[in-house]
Amino acid sequence: MPRVRVAAKPRRNAELALLVLAMAVVAAYAATVEANLLDTVTLDFWVPIAAVGAVFLALHLVVRFLAPYADPVLVPAVALVNGLGVAFLRRLDLANAVPEERADFAIFSGTGGRQLAWTLASVILAAGLLVLMRDHRAISRYAYTLGLAGIVLVIIPAVLPAKYSQVNPQSDAKLWISVGGFTIQPGEFAKLALLVFFAYYLVRKREVLSLASRRFLGVDFPRGRDLGPVVVVWLISLGVLVFQKDLGTSLLYFGMFVVTLYIATERVSWLIIGLLLFFGGAFLAYFLGSTIGGPFANFYTRVEIWQDPYGDAYGAGWQPLQGLLGLGTGGLFGTGPGGGQPTQIPEVHNDFIFAGMGEEIGLFGLSALLVIYLLIISRGLRAALAVRDSFGKLLAGGLSFTLCLQLFVIIGGISSLIPLTGQTTPFLSAGGSSLMANWLLVATLLRISDAARRPVESGTGPRPSGAPAGPPAQLHGATTEVIRP
Amino acid sequence: MNAPLRRVGVVVMVLFGLLFANLNWVQAYKADEYRNSDYNGRVQVAEYERKRGIIEAGGTPLATSRETGGELKFLRSYPKGEMYAHVLGYKPVNLADTGIEKSENEFLAGTSDQLFADRVRDIFTGNQTAGGNILLTLSPRAQEVAFKQLAENRKNVTKGAAVAIDPATGAIQALVSMPSFDPNPLVDHDSKKAEAAYNQLDNNKDGPLKNRALSEILPPGSTFKVITSAAALENGYTQNTQIPAGSSYLAPTAGVPIRNAVPSICPEAQVTLKEALTESCNTGFARLGVTLGAEKLKAEARKFGFEDEDLTVGRLNDGGQAVAASRTGSMQTPDGRDDPPTLAQSSIGQNDVRMTPLQGAMVAAAVANNGRQMRPYLVQQQLGPDRTTDYYTAVPKELREPVSPQVARDLQDMMVSVVQNGTGESAQIGGYRVGGKTGTAETGGVNGDQGWFIGFAINSAGVPVSAVCVLLEDAGSGGSAEAARISKEIMRAVIADRGGR
Repeated sequence: MPRVRVAAKPRRNAELALLVLAMAVVAAYAATVEANLLDTVTLDFWVPIAAVGAVFLALHLVVRFLAPYADPVLVPAVALVNGLGVAFLRRLDLANAVPEERADFAIFSGTGGRQLAWTLASVILAAGLLVLMRDHRAISRYAYTLGLAGIVLVIIPAVLPAKYSQVNPQSDAKLWISVGGFTIQPGEFAKLALLVFFAYYLVRKREVLSLASRRFLGVDFPRGRDLGPVVVVWLISLGVLVFQKDLGTSLLYFGMFVVTLYIATERVSWLIIGLLLFFGGAFLAYFLGSTIGGPFANFYTRVEIWQDPYGDAYGAGWQPLQGLLGLGTGGLFGTGPGGGQPTQIPEVHNDFIFAGMGEEIGLFGLSALLVIYLLIISRGLRAALAVRDSFGKLLAGGLSFTLCLQLFVIIGGISSLIPLTGQTTPFLSAGGSSLMANWLLVATLLRISDAARRPVESGTGPRPSGAPAGPPAQLHGATTEVIRP
Repeated sequence: MNAPLRRVGVVVMVLFGLLFANLNWVQAYKADEYRNSDYNGRVQVAEYERKRGIIEAGGTPLATSRETGGELKFLRSYPKGEMYAHVLGYKPVNLADTGIEKSENEFLAGTSDQLFADRVRDIFTGNQTAGGNILLTLSPRAQEVAFKQLAENRKNVTKGAAVAIDPATGAIQALVSMPSFDPNPLVDHDSKKAEAAYNQLDNNKDGPLKNRALSEILPPGSTFKVITSAAALENGYTQNTQIPAGSSYLAPTAGVPIRNAVPSICPEAQVTLKEALTESCNTGFARLGVTLGAEKLKAEARKFGFEDEDLTVGRLNDGGQAVAASRTGSMQTPDGRDDPPTLAQSSIGQNDVRMTPLQGAMVAAAVANNGRQMRPYLVQQQLGPDRTTDYYTAVPKELREPVSPQVARDLQDMMVSVVQNGTGESAQIGGYRVGGKTGTAETGGVNGDQGWFIGFAINSAGVPVSAVCVLLEDAGSGGSAEAARISKEIMRAVIADRGGR
């Protein structure tokens, strides 16, 4: 396998230029929204853009000095999506406000204002992570702690009474920790913690997992003791489905695990086993939902709605149907930013933000948005291919694929490609937990891509970035390629 | 580990490819289906994004829109409530629209092709295009009087209608159907409330939603004698031709004789045509009809507008509310020969003869206008959103010429005689030549008969001012005199509104 060739140039000025371009697009979007909704462009439209622009610029400076070789596309691409999200959420606030109050709608009020505040906090946190984590391999030291924390975070909402774990009365998913009006979605952070654990565990076990196996029905099965963690995670993800009524998250964790397992072991059998287990679980859930109902009824209903969007048009199908109608109304070109009626879709600021935007920016706009997402994911995968240590490869590959899977689950859900499962749309949906977790994900990718694109040093002198010299304590002997028999 | 990573990259591409293909399916292939879906509230909300135009008459706003601050930005309101309900109709959120609101919907909503230039201009100026405004022909004073007089009639009748037309132009001066309804609750943005209000009206046994002036046909009784008279005058008779009458007439093959309303009416063997109309002599007109024959009677009715299925009332060039066709019914046996008993009954407006109040007013208007019947209309003007651009002004149109000017003048004389010496005395207006004809149609209803009056007023200069038809359903005896009195009040209101001209 030939090595991936990467430019050994920092390319920071390219990042700055792309960032300015991204902010210009966001500013144009926000101005169009005001022109359409208020019939005039107030001088306020640029304030949120300037705020996010300033914090993105600060992040750029941190990257310039602490991760000079990081991929120059990541920050501008994420900034563009995040900025559009803030502008669109403000657009929803304007639509919901009384006409007389629209022109002087405060910058930090409403969903858009909260999202703006969360964006500032998240980007600062991401910069902070870059400051603290000078070498991605350092986090492998906390792998078990993070793994345990991840499982605890996943389980907390399931065991909490509904009062503290159920925010949205319309859906009965228990995904939150809600104390005194302050809510977080621990699953978003658990995703990252669990992935670090997976990457670490699999890099350590990859040889036994790929070599020590028994052949059964033409498929190589690993030994029971190595299979243990897989089954545990699978059960946890099914548990999430059952107790939190959230198929999307369980699909996400499970897919995440299977893919890291596959990357680590290079054995297709893992994919087959994973897919069989997942579809088996999903079919069982559907079957149980149609016969005994109970905790599975929710999943059954969603499959029914997916098969016939008009079936329960005024009941459970109202939101997904309105999402489809919004996308259809937008058509090829959309109604223009601010020109549509995204508020026709219930909870459009959350799960259905992609449909809400789709009405206004049309197929062409959504395609562009998909391409931006694809760019982010492909840059993550490039970092994975280019980085030299296995832990970094697994982590970057797993993070990128998780992002892809999350997008597929939610966008596929609202456009009726697959049954709908509630997920946030990364960087777009309203919600602090999701935004923060995904910015931490981006910071990690930035760090790994910096390591990947950094020129190989010939000497043993101190690293320019100040990363700890010498091999990391936990990953000794972790080579890039496994010699297979 | 690079090989599986590359395969993961392929998986990512496949997943995004699926998303992209599916978005194309939803937003391009299925777009029209979704856009026009009944479940898609966006189209409806968009309709309320723009301020709907005003409907007004004589400077009085009758239908207006005001901003709500809600999702549907403008609420339609009808300041005059019940008074104009059947003319204006209503424009509800979820129910079907009716009346002028329906027939002029595109112009009022601002989506009409005529307003295209306004919309383009407003894209550049940044103004929110409003809908155009509709000016009606109605005389607010006449409409008010018609509504009040009908609602507070002295016979306590609950159902009826009144129509007034300018005979010279066809412009409708008043149009009332009773009982009426308040359109405001029907346009409530809370569609559940609106639906409840609609169901209540729809279930009311008096049928307040029916437009009795335009869409209900009822036996016209003796008012039909005007048409029988016209047929006679056109076939060689004069006002003074003696026609056979008598206290009773048994048509050939008939089982039941036709009698007059009271024995004192035309007991003589012969009366003049004029006297027959003045006194409303049943036996005279029944015999006259049988003498003339079914073909001539039917042809005359058709010349006045009976059997016209295409008449609409709105703008003169296009659209408007449909008017039910008035009918003469059959007066012949199945083998095509005249059937004397039904012919005799039909000649005095019974049997299967049916007429709308509008048709009654049109008959009187044609007589008053010297035999030229103008096409009735309601929309005087379409004004642009800025109220200065005129998109349409009614140019009166002749619909048909039922009778020659000479015959029309004879009919005028005979009808004036009815008001001066006969059954229509309660319609007299000082200084005006008022003519008319009462009608009492026996329907076998619970409370008795329909009371009709059709009439006109001509000023001292010989110009016809107004033609009216008033109907009181199930009015019992004296209903037609009350209808004549109400007609007089409406015509006086028109005269007052025109400043005596």
